[in-house]
Amino acid sequence: MSKETPSQTVGPFYAIGLTRHPLSVMANDSTQGERIRIEGQVFDGDGVAIPDVLVEIWQANAYGRYHHPDDKQEKPLDPTFTGWGRSGTDPNCIYSFETVKPGSVPGNDESVQAPHVNVCVMARGMLVHAFTRIYFAGERLNDRDPVLKSIKNKARRRTLIASRDEQDGKTIYHFDIRLQGENETVFFDM
Amino acid sequence: MLTLKTYNPRDWRSHPPYSFKAYGSSLKRGPLKKLVPLQQTLSEITGPLFSDIKLEPGEDDLTRNAGTGKEALGERIIVVGRVLDEDDRPVPHTLIDIWQANAAGRYHHPVDQHHAPLDPNFIGAGRCVTNAMGEYRYLTIKPGAYPWLNHPNAWRPAHIHLSLFGPAFVTRLVTQFYFPGDPLIPLDPIFNSVPTKKGRQRLLSSYAHDVTEPEFALGYRFDIVLRGRKATPFEGPQ
Repeated sequence: MSKETPSQTVGPFYAIGLTRHPLSVMANDSTQGERIRIEGQVFDGDGVAIPDVLVEIWQANAYGRYHHPDDKQEKPLDPTFTGWGRSGTDPNCIYSFETVKPGSVPGNDESVQAPHVNVCVMARGMLVHAFTRIYFAGERLNDRDPVLKSIKNKARRRTLIASRDEQDGKTIYHFDIRLQGENETVFFDM
Repeated sequence: MLTLKTYNPRDWRSHPPYSFKAYGSSLKRGPLKKLVPLQQTLSEITGPLFSDIKLEPGEDDLTRNAGTGKEALGERIIVVGRVLDEDDRPVPHTLIDIWQANAAGRYHHPVDQHHAPLDPNFIGAGRCVTNAMGEYRYLTIKPGAYPWLNHPNAWRPAHIHLSLFGPAFVTRLVTQFYFPGDPLIPLDPIFNSVPTKKGRQRLLSSYAHDVTEPEFALGYRFDIVLRGRKATPFEGPQ
């Protein structure tokens, strides 16, 4: 039995290694599903938007299947879609992804999970990455989602719901992440 | 019922806390509320595998991958190691992203204004993939130490950043490793943020004379351990 290698911060210069190439456009014209943009800012404990933050996401395709051998569901794979993306921030400290709305995936004990995106947040000053999830406002399955329901403080569940907007006919979901403060985003130990 | 193969919980004794007083920037940038426990689902036990990734020739040679046709300045080093899980099983075909400062201790990045020379022949970024035995190898130059503003006369010890995914979303790891005998290591709050002495030692590479190539480069070994799978899988979704 070996012990895990400890985590260390990505530091301020992660762009050299991790965002030299754009990785935030996850869908192309042939990708199946509803095209959406997810965008937001990540705020520190002073409420200041963080410029040197790195957001990675992992999601199922529009049918609700992950591009991974351990997802053995009989749903279609989409060869144009891996479900993974990475974004730094633009000059306004905004991260963003061009993707598709994920389908619903099974939860444990025969439950059904509402459509969601899995998020990993890293930054200078973060010694360990933090995991959270993005859910979508207005989804009928949100009320039954086993992970949302497991958050005992109901008011905090709202920190995981992205708000929907339309701009020039495009669907945009806004999702801000608050690392600290009154509306601190729910982060998971998983 | 399908069997869902879940992963061990994150070993918090191995990792730094989110807030570590001596590392000033950590105090406003880590969650303060208790993390919410999440029983792993299909969403957590899957993750990006990059199995179709095609590395360009030379991505694992940081001494010559700046696109100038010339070689970077500095002490050439060969870094080798194995990526394992907590049960010592190799993690094969997994991507490793590498980034680091140049030999003078400066990053090829606009935010880095340390008045040390940039090396036009060194970007400081590379990638490699582990083989079927979980082994990796790349060539680079030894990075220099550099000052930072955390506290008076603060210097980061020489280190190389590594990013790994492993087989699932929960096995993600970003870390830094250090070089043996560096006098700056015990003074470094980022290194010291790891709560146990044994944990800190796992961030040190070792000099590997068997890897050193005569008349060419010194060898260092750094093994990496990612979260392993739970021994007893539980029943999962249909």
